[in-house]
Amino acid sequence: MSDYTPNMVLSNQEYNIVGKRPIRPDGAEKVTGQAKYGADVNLPGMLHGKILRSPHTHARILSVNTAHAEELPGVHAVITSEALTQPSSKLVDLAEGVLHNMRFLSNNIMAADKVLYKGHAVAAVAASSPYIAEEALKLIQVEYEELPPVRNAEEAMAEGAPLLHERLAAISNPVLRPGGTLDDDDPTAGTNVPNHFEFRMGDVDQGFREADVIVEKETRTSPIHQGYIEPHSGTAQWNPDGTLTIWSSSQGHFNVRDQTARLMDMPVSKVKAIPLEIGGGFGAKTLVYCEPVAAALARKAGRPVKVTMSRTDVFEATGPTSGTHIKIKLGATKDGKFVAAEAHLVYEAGAFPGSPVSPACQCMMAPYDIANAWIEGFDVVVNRPKSAAYRAPGVPAAAFAMETAVDELCEKLDMDPLEFRLKNSAKEGTRAPTGPVWPKVGFVETVQAAKDHPHYAAPLEGPYRGRGVASGFWRNNTGPSSAVAIVQNDGRVRLVEGSPDIGGTRASVAQQFAEVLGIGIEAINPTVGDTDSVGFTSVTGGSGVTFKTGMAAITAAQEIKLKMCERAAKTWDCDVEDVEYRNDAIVQHKKDADKQLTFQQIAARSNATGGPIIVSSGVNPGGAGPSLATHIVDVEVDPDTGKVTILRYTAVQDAGKAIHPSYVEGQIQGGVVQGIGWALNEEYFFNDAGHMVNSSFLDYRMPTSLDLPMIDTVIVEVANPTHPFGVRGVGETPVIPPMAAVANAIYNAIGTRISELPMSPGRVLEHIWANGGAKSNGAS
Amino acid sequence: MPEVWLPPRLQRLANGQQKLQAPGHNVRQIVEYLGREFPGMLDELYFEEEDVLMPGMSVIIDGETSQLGLLERVREDSEVHFLPALGGGT
Repeated sequence: MSDYTPNMVLSNQEYNIVGKRPIRPDGAEKVTGQAKYGADVNLPGMLHGKILRSPHTHARILSVNTAHAEELPGVHAVITSEALTQPSSKLVDLAEGVLHNMRFLSNNIMAADKVLYKGHAVAAVAASSPYIAEEALKLIQVEYEELPPVRNAEEAMAEGAPLLHERLAAISNPVLRPGGTLDDDDPTAGTNVPNHFEFRMGDVDQGFREADVIVEKETRTSPIHQGYIEPHSGTAQWNPDGTLTIWSSSQGHFNVRDQTARLMDMPVSKVKAIPLEIGGGFGAKTLVYCEPVAAALARKAGRPVKVTMSRTDVFEATGPTSGTHIKIKLGATKDGKFVAAEAHLVYEAGAFPGSPVSPACQCMMAPYDIANAWIEGFDVVVNRPKSAAYRAPGVPAAAFAMETAVDELCEKLDMDPLEFRLKNSAKEGTRAPTGPVWPKVGFVETVQAAKDHPHYAAPLEGPYRGRGVASGFWRNNTGPSSAVAIVQNDGRVRLVEGSPDIGGTRASVAQQFAEVLGIGIEAINPTVGDTDSVGFTSVTGGSGVTFKTGMAAITAAQEIKLKMCERAAKTWDCDVEDVEYRNDAIVQHKKDADKQLTFQQIAARSNATGGPIIVSSGVNPGGAGPSLATHIVDVEVDPDTGKVTILRYTAVQDAGKAIHPSYVEGQIQGGVVQGIGWALNEEYFFNDAGHMVNSSFLDYRMPTSLDLPMIDTVIVEVANPTHPFGVRGVGETPVIPPMAAVANAIYNAIGTRISELPMSPGRVLEHIWANGGAKSNGAS
Repeated sequence: MPEVWLPPRLQRLANGQQKLQAPGHNVRQIVEYLGREFPGMLDELYFEEEDVLMPGMSVIIDGETSQLGLLERVREDSEVHFLPALGGGT
């Protein structure tokens, strides 16, 4: 591969538009600052909402007195949790197949009887200016009874630990449901451990007996934040007919509509959610925080209200990912056959049940063919902000444990780590440790591409330098999705998509649409429709949009082709069966070669041949197709300061078919950068009282372009057989391998294995000192 | 007859069986069969209020996650797995 160039695409099939790199339709708006984000909404008479937040980590609310705040001139409304419904603990599936306990959702947005973390919302004010609203917050008197904080999972699981929720149930069948609450007359004690997942395959004890080499280790990771650049913002307006309109940026405006409607006790048909551009979400903008508060304030004030979070609000009150503690044990025979694996995962859910421990359990061992496996996970509530999804939720921390343990196993076996992966890789027909047999997956291909890459063979010169590799798996999700296509008289098509565009999906969906129709991508005007303009569409999450909304667009395009044929048949007064739609977007009479009409000609005469050509499609396609990746990283460690510098990074990933390779590369590069931040810098610092003490970007260190080299990508295309173009989601997999890859590289640089994240300079130094100094393993 | 695989928690309701043969041409019939055969199983697999598979649970048939739940058809030689949905935490 001497002709290597960065960002290569190993294509298996070429198309006219799919696989090309057109200019993004929303590019001009964004680079010129014209794009509208959540906080850009300004309505006539609009008020500004501010939220009073708890100063305590764990306390009972004895009373809330809002009288003085309500009297302040300029204040139009003050609310507490009473303004939101207090639904039952009924579980509702609102996103990605993940359950929402609506009572918990309501009580997270606005605390009811207890505050469960510092920053937990207690009351809110709407005023004529944000400054008056902030002054009014100071006038709200809240009487608390402080309770002992439960600061981490270890404390939460200790015997006699204070309970966050006195009636939280350990569900009798935790495999299937996150925690609900106990009935009032149920004598069972509450718990801080509402859920326990377990997966078994084969005979683990026998597997370890067969193993010649065994590795055991523990890893710990701190909560980190998704770190999107745009804070949450929601604006609500009640209309004269009693309907509610919401403007916000989110990963799913149908979710915003549905969640807000439930918390306002309204039918969804009376709520309209208008999506704005989104300045990052990474999983955490699938939940509402501001929108119901804005709606409740607006209802009380009789005027529109906008609620926008500060950065500190975002850190303290929206979802970080879980802190984790994982014990893992792996076994292999001396010839490198993976024969046994066991893992025990404890994930902190934050203040309410629902950590991503289940996907962590299901994905961590998925790259491998292991006959004997036991994986169990515990979902634990602690007095911290409620965790939220973050890019391949739960899996990066689990992969950190798994992939560093695999590296140790390879070292003990004296086996090349990529060779070990090739020998033990999951492939079509392999039974996963969770049970199902894999469909066609591209793990072997990514490992081979990594092994063949010049990076892997390049000499690594200089002291304290090391190379590491790691792999990752994400199953990818799908869900209901919709599109509306309107053929304009000038031959262009407005394509209304139901999915908010986070990673360039306006283009990637439009490309699929254009490919089916055989017309140029420039003839498509893709846009994101509000909840009244397009059918229900599940969240932009699970790396699913290019797959599911792409399928909606493909379905719509096929319907347009039929309509085009019908219009041509009407024009020629023949049967539609005598007409065909050619790949070059010309409709042809099958028996008369002289009879041809272009797409544009039919569009121009559409009103005269039966009226506007409009189609809509709603789909819920299966077969999203798993995605696998293998990463290579070179690092240099400064033995005096502990600083780790990323020298070179190559990420290889199976995209099925890269519809727009630039966006796939962008997704891979973005995921890697977030993973490097997770590996080296990012963490919530809590003081002894359980308060986050680094709630600004000055103190919460995320990597910038100055910290990193170019992230090289290699896109491998092992087509997903269930998608017409072979698409697999790509957005989440790239964040999975970096932490382990960097940890393995650090080990190879200084001879010390670090099992806690982040591997910040201080932590690296501590390990160097504990090890009696750095050993320059990477020196050549 | 379709082969149904159960996760460990459900195995305890099924006399420790990891997999078993269950008659049915669709997921609903399999769920109904499991409910009849094993007390407590129906409560774990079926959400009566909305007549759907228990929210948060996925059914995987021949390696592919079903989007139709109870309505999904299965073949005589299908392999059916009930697993927690692979979402992102709440």
